[in-house]
Amino acid sequence: MIEAHNLTKTFKDKKRGVITAVDQVSFTCRPGQIYGLLGANGAGKTTTLRMLATLLAPTSGSARLAGFDVTADANRVRANVGFLGASTALYGRLTAREMIAYFGQLNGMSDAAIRARIQVLSAELDMAEFLDRRCDKFSTGMKQKTSIARTLIHDPAVMIFDEPTLGLDVMTARAIVAFVRECRNRGKTVIYSTHIMSEVEKLCDQVGIIHGGRLVAEGTVPELRARFGEQDMEEVFVKAVGGEAALAAALKN
Amino acid sequence: MNWNNILTVYLKELRDSLRDRRTLMSMIIIPTVVIPLMTFGFGKVMSRIMSQAKEEASAIMIIGGEDSPGIVAALKAEHDSEKNRPVFRIVPAGDYRAAIGDKKIRAAVEIPAGFEAALKTGAAPAVTIFYYEGEIKSSLGQKALENFFTDLRQRTAEARLTERGQPVTLLKPFEVKRRNAAPPEKVGGNLVGGFVPYLIIILCFTGAMYPAMDLTAGEKERGTMETLLCSPVPRVNIVLGKFLMVLTGSISAMVFMLLSMGTTAYIGGAIMTGSGTTMKVGAAAAKTTMDTMPTVDPLGLFGVLAMVLPVAVLFAAVAFTISLFAKSYKEAQSYLAPMMIVIIMPAAMGMLPGIDLNAKLALVPILNLSLVCKEMLSGVWHWDLIAIIFGSSSLYAALALTLAVKMFNREDVMFRA
Repeated sequence: MIEAHNLTKTFKDKKRGVITAVDQVSFTCRPGQIYGLLGANGAGKTTTLRMLATLLAPTSGSARLAGFDVTADANRVRANVGFLGASTALYGRLTAREMIAYFGQLNGMSDAAIRARIQVLSAELDMAEFLDRRCDKFSTGMKQKTSIARTLIHDPAVMIFDEPTLGLDVMTARAIVAFVRECRNRGKTVIYSTHIMSEVEKLCDQVGIIHGGRLVAEGTVPELRARFGEQDMEEVFVKAVGGEAALAAALKN
Repeated sequence: MNWNNILTVYLKELRDSLRDRRTLMSMIIIPTVVIPLMTFGFGKVMSRIMSQAKEEASAIMIIGGEDSPGIVAALKAEHDSEKNRPVFRIVPAGDYRAAIGDKKIRAAVEIPAGFEAALKTGAAPAVTIFYYEGEIKSSLGQKALENFFTDLRQRTAEARLTERGQPVTLLKPFEVKRRNAAPPEKVGGNLVGGFVPYLIIILCFTGAMYPAMDLTAGEKERGTMETLLCSPVPRVNIVLGKFLMVLTGSISAMVFMLLSMGTTAYIGGAIMTGSGTTMKVGAAAAKTTMDTMPTVDPLGLFGVLAMVLPVAVLFAAVAFTISLFAKSYKEAQSYLAPMMIVIIMPAAMGMLPGIDLNAKLALVPILNLSLVCKEMLSGVWHWDLIAIIFGSSSLYAALALTLAVKMFNREDVMFRA
């Protein structure tokens, strides 16, 4: 369960003054659901997800994940969340197995539990071939699979994926989308950010369109199509953010 | 604080660092191989240059002296019986200033007109020696010339006394003797103690520098910092685990250097400086050479290790905090490189003669370590000052470590864009 309530994050920038990266964002995502956060670059997706993962503290507002408050109970939130960010990399000098095991240890798992869990994840993600090789020699796909295994080593109830298919080949991207869907079917709470429309259509039960730090539209894919009178998700998105001109202006910043 | 978590982070960082060539270089290879090689190599080269300079006859120029053939002949004939060679090599007269400046000759002597004749009758005019102040070879030539002429003066005076039927002792009513009163380890402490702490301080910092940069700015740059922050481990445990690794780098650099230097000195009996100062660590070696060779108090070495500990903590915490602030490895390097100078200055000040430890200086970080190490290596133990230094160093270290934890909790530092 993810409950975000008026999440707001401001940064101080020397040149541009105070910037509001995320502005009063509220939404709910239930177990067994995938919530898709759709937005252009710089719309506030990553900042929102980082606040949910307790990497950043909200300037105001609050959020509860798996029943724990991100501000008051950050360590317990992290123990129940798997966060795969666009910039969460692997230790190049460790093997995939060492990398995953390290995060198991950091989550307080026993060695036996870690071994068993790695075996399961390795089979599901088809990692056996490169499990004992060092991460710095990996292809993007191998890295992403290892990262996912790292994220899920402690079998968290809530999963946060920040553009997990970015820069991947079609085969790996499909495998990862299928894996995320599998997680939902097992009753996990999943939040998934992307700017790829087809993934939203295929994957997400609920979609939130974020623009300039604000949640401008929310609903299921059919609901959004009906509301904006467009079949194509891309057209829905452009209309939701206020037209092409608004989108271009936002991207310039 | 959870020691299990700290240990997990530390062991991972240790494994990771041992696979990193840069860290291995700064932690093990430079201290064990490069530093001793450089120190002993430098000493060897220096002593070779010195003995070579002493081996050669001093090239000199005689200005004037046409009417003093006896003295010129004596200069030519002056023989060093120990080395079995003439003392001087006489170069034909010419522009002596240019020749000294160009190092073609070591020195020149001006014998005034009518010197030999005047010497027989009574008061002779002064002889002038020209040399190049501060140049080692030139001062060797100057000393040889001065010895020759003071000898001549002595012999002339003695001859005159004998002529007048007076005893020679009239000229020299008593002898002045000099003898070294310092215990051998005190001499060693002053000679070796000056630069051993200096090396220790520098290695302590360079040993901390690379792991510190790699574990903070390097991780931010590679994106693994954000991954690590996703774990449920409280931040303070992550900081302490990483910090322990940086401290390991610092201490192992120092220990490897001391071990390597000690072994080299012990096995090879290697000569550190031209004057034959050897650092003996083993007791057996020390015993045989105790009365002739200046040695280092082995207990002093243990004292040095104990005193270095809080300073290593301080360095590790400072290097950690500074590089934590940087976005990339390169940026961290550009912050830490100037820090080297800040650290070398007080460390080098400790080598200066005349600066002695007192209660005020005991509060100056780094300089206090440099000074107290010098004392301990020469067997002097000022327990009150040692306590002040240990206490103040520990306090500085604790402050720096607190700052490191504070910085780690600041998201504008951890996610600096």
